[in-house]
Amino acid sequence: MADNVWIIGAAMTKFGRYPDKDVVDLASDAALDAMADADAGIHDMNVMAVGSQFEMFTLGQQIQKQIGQTGIPVYNVSNACATGASAVRTVIMAIKAGEADMGLAIGAEQMGKAGLLGNAGKQRDKKNVFEPSGRYGGVMPVEGVLGTGIMPGVFAQAGMEYAAEHDGVGFEQFAKIAEKNHMHSSLNPLAQYQKVFSLDEIMNAPMQAYPNTLLMCCPTGDGAAAVVLVSESKLKTLDPDVRKRAVKVSASVMTSDPWVESGQVQPDVNTLTRMAADQAYEQSGVDPQDLDLVELHDCFATAELVHYDNLRLCEPGGAGAFIDSGGPMRDGKIPVNVSGGLISKGHPIGATGAANIYEVATHLRGEAGDRQVEGAKVGMTHVIGLGSACSVHILEKQAV
Amino acid sequence: MGQQVPIVDYLVLDDGAPHLVAHQCESCGALYFDRRNACAKCGKTSFGTKALSDHGTVRSYTIVHRAAPNIAVPYVSAIVGLDGGGVVKTNIVNVDPDPDHVQLNMPVRMTTFVAGMDDDGTEAVAFGFEPEESA
Repeated sequence: MADNVWIIGAAMTKFGRYPDKDVVDLASDAALDAMADADAGIHDMNVMAVGSQFEMFTLGQQIQKQIGQTGIPVYNVSNACATGASAVRTVIMAIKAGEADMGLAIGAEQMGKAGLLGNAGKQRDKKNVFEPSGRYGGVMPVEGVLGTGIMPGVFAQAGMEYAAEHDGVGFEQFAKIAEKNHMHSSLNPLAQYQKVFSLDEIMNAPMQAYPNTLLMCCPTGDGAAAVVLVSESKLKTLDPDVRKRAVKVSASVMTSDPWVESGQVQPDVNTLTRMAADQAYEQSGVDPQDLDLVELHDCFATAELVHYDNLRLCEPGGAGAFIDSGGPMRDGKIPVNVSGGLISKGHPIGATGAANIYEVATHLRGEAGDRQVEGAKVGMTHVIGLGSACSVHILEKQAV
Repeated sequence: MGQQVPIVDYLVLDDGAPHLVAHQCESCGALYFDRRNACAKCGKTSFGTKALSDHGTVRSYTIVHRAAPNIAVPYVSAIVGLDGGGVVKTNIVNVDPDPDHVQLNMPVRMTTFVAGMDDDGTEAVAFGFEPEESA
């Protein structure tokens, strides 16, 4: 039986814009803070995994040159918006396999002001002659001609598909989610934005892709987060002050999207999330009703709503009623995205999945300051990267 | 007047009325607009072709107000489930691009339009879907 895995250190930079730093600086800041938080150093680490979506060239080794080159294995991972969680899971798998007893996972990204993300198509050069190319035999860019593949629209369609199938879901329900997350972020000093907006301001903000207005879309930005993980047997040998603050990883799951009929034209963010959630509940023995807080992947307000249902936080089909009743508010039945979520905390892609784990672990340790969910003992993190990859973790505060 | 070519190879213009065609797995029946090395549903490697219906219903939509350069906004993007099988991503055309006129589960039918012209005067013909009740 594989050893349990625990978190003993976690840190994140404030998300935002860092024109005077590079991604190695951001990652190193988070890594050094996480190791200090764990009362550990680079020489205690047996494995390292680094997630970044846009820095593809051995970022982990570049970071080692800033925080310590000790010859340990380092894995550079990329999995779209699930990249940070993939780095954390890589270290967890190494510990469960018995290859390491302590490891460092980092997620980092520097995006700057990237604008819209998606397949907007390439500009053609010089003489333009229609020639079929690619797997669809296309002769010209199809974005905006045969529908949209740009993110605000893709996720709008994901939310509107839910609205087509369930009563009581529309523009206002989606907007309420953004209102909640902006309000939550006002209590989080690490969030990229900390500004409260009224429902009216959100619904009347510039429309991006109906029903997502600008204030219902996550920003691009820069940031990093890091987590130090240990095996349970190693944890038992550590200082009582470290053990006291340790958080158990009760479930760690990764799924990809199984075939569905519509998957070739519209990413299915639901099926793989449901599979991941069900596996996580099974692994941990936790029920949805046991959750004290959830950090889920609200890249757009329309995405958060469908995941209430996918993660079993509400009655089947009841995501609209869940937000209408205040269920996911910080004082509601299951607080969702008390950090401000991707919508307002920010979404430096590679950092996000590690930052979610930092957020939940910090609440379980009772160290979340003004935004603390009082008495939190069990929490869930969820990220999804289009393509698709989904990762769900369940963390618990327990004595070891 | 130059010649016309389809914007993508799954739109057929030269075999009766314009229609969409898909690669179909001979084992499980799964449909693909692009060529596949093996079926993503069942893993088998033999494919035939299937002509798809030009009628369907809107499963989901968005109204895009901020788009790539050179794309006129607002426009309606939708996921349409076709009668008899197949799901396609398309613009909804010949409709006012607002939530009062675009309805979820609305019946639609296929139409075609010229989407661009190259430097030799060849026109690229695209498909869109329009509400069934429009003229």
